[in-house]
Amino acid sequence: MSRARAFWRRYRNNRTAVGGAVVLVAVVLLAIAGPWAYTVDPFDMVGRPAELPSGEHLFGTDVAGRDVLAGILHGGRVSLLIGVMASLAASVFGLAMGAVAGFYGGRIDDLIMRTTEFFLTIPSFVLAVVLVAIFSPTVTNITIAIAVVSWPSVARLARAEFIAQRDRDYVLGCRAIGMPDWEIITLQILPNAAPPLIVVSSLMVATAILTESGLSFLGLGDPNQVSWGYMIGVARTVLRTSWWMAAIPGVMILVTVLAINLVGEGLNDALNPRLRTR
Amino acid sequence: MNKGTVAFVGRRLLQLVPVVLAIATLNFVLIKMAPGDAADILAGQMGHATLEFTQELRREFGLDLPLAEQFLVYIRRLATLDLGVSVIQQQPVLDLILDRLPATLLLMVTAIGVAIASGVSLGVVAARRQGGWVDNVISVVALLVYATPAFWLGLMLIVFFSIQLDLLPSGGMMRIGVDQSPFALALDVAHHLVLPALTLGLFYAAIYARLMRASMLEVYGQDFITTARAKGLPERAVAWSHAARNALLPVVTLAGMQLGHLLGGSILIETVFAWPGLGRLVFDALQQRDLNLLLGILFVSSVVVVLANLLVDLLYGMLDPRITHK
Repeated sequence: MSRARAFWRRYRNNRTAVGGAVVLVAVVLLAIAGPWAYTVDPFDMVGRPAELPSGEHLFGTDVAGRDVLAGILHGGRVSLLIGVMASLAASVFGLAMGAVAGFYGGRIDDLIMRTTEFFLTIPSFVLAVVLVAIFSPTVTNITIAIAVVSWPSVARLARAEFIAQRDRDYVLGCRAIGMPDWEIITLQILPNAAPPLIVVSSLMVATAILTESGLSFLGLGDPNQVSWGYMIGVARTVLRTSWWMAAIPGVMILVTVLAINLVGEGLNDALNPRLRTR
Repeated sequence: MNKGTVAFVGRRLLQLVPVVLAIATLNFVLIKMAPGDAADILAGQMGHATLEFTQELRREFGLDLPLAEQFLVYIRRLATLDLGVSVIQQQPVLDLILDRLPATLLLMVTAIGVAIASGVSLGVVAARRQGGWVDNVISVVALLVYATPAFWLGLMLIVFFSIQLDLLPSGGMMRIGVDQSPFALALDVAHHLVLPALTLGLFYAAIYARLMRASMLEVYGQDFITTARAKGLPERAVAWSHAARNALLPVVTLAGMQLGHLLGGSILIETVFAWPGLGRLVFDALQQRDLNLLLGILFVSSVVVVLANLLVDLLYGMLDPRITHK
């Protein structure tokens, strides 16, 4: 428990990181409880098209007379869900790849690193677009596509961490007592290599949310789900007359991504106190 | 160019072969994983998707051959720069892409230029006033821009500069139907380029400003800076010609690594500003479900990024004389 407390004490010192965490918790709560408390269906036509924000429709209505607030709340679920799941999948896969490459070295390392570099080179957003277009835009497919283009950076970092650890005395000790490789990798090295990986994974949620919003802006969102990017895409057609309709979901993305970035930096400072130079 | 550099370029060009092969392989796998092949799609469009007719088409396209053989055919076609035909636009995919590539490259180059110039300057200014209010303002703005979806920023810039102020065009690359002299045309394109390049560049400017600031602070701690100051050089000269030149290297490295990312971003920005480049082509291909064209774009844009990386490596050698291409 003392480790957790020490971590919290360091995190607490960073006021912007605490602010980011507060905002992030608020956004998550809104996304979870919002649609449950505010029961308007985001696909229902509830008023005239493009109504200005008013007491009845707090954020106004969109081009098809749908309630924008309902869209914001439901869209938050989709954006956060895809962001977290894609980042999680990419982290697990990237970690596995990087751990194997770093721990074993040699040919398997070469192969994995060539693959990683390849995926880092090709335009990731274009690849994501192609993947979603080929496999049809469902929440699952979008999540997988984002994970496919996101794992290489984790793999590269994990490899570097494992290379730095693999010849340390405690690892040699484990080998000497005949501990199996998988146990050394997961139970011995991983806890030591974890802090920078946690930071990168948490920051990846922000990137994933931005990627998802870009995809759904292009019309590659799940047709059965509202998302923030989709709302911006819809509002684009009436930008000249009702700019606020595009502004609101964009601000939500901005606030969410900013909060995640601040939390990520806070984690970085709190988890890697020795690296904190600037 | 000396002999070492020529050999370096030659070797790097050779290294491109496996990368291009890998891109081709990925493309082939994606084609095969897509539901329905070219024969299905074409037969569907011709309106008589009988089994016999589809089989006939499949034979014609060689889709009934074993996978390995199909792959060899595919690679052989790519080697002659044959990316197939866009069934919907009735034109070779490569022609369609090459037609649009210059506009995208113009947008990318301008955006990265804007990003590096403004990011580096802001980073240097912030580092020189570390902890002051200028530094704080730059840091906060950079954080905000870094969290903003660029396509949305573009829309908001249109609202402000095109709709409210009526200063800049909201889309397109030039005025249509106006006969212009070359100089007027260049000016017109530049006028249309301002908003999209700014939109695309700002995100990277934010990253480079933060990186440049950190890099400057690190360089400031080194001995040669103390020497420069001890010589009595003015602080401005120390910052710009001694510290900044060395602090620039991580920025150039990162910019080189982000070329693929930049190209992806330009696809979104082109859609926002109706910029007639690859992004618009992607958008059209998506609307018409033209998978062959999409895959062609993925292939060509990957090759472009790989080639651009080679250029960055050469540039890197020029910036840092310690690097020799052995």
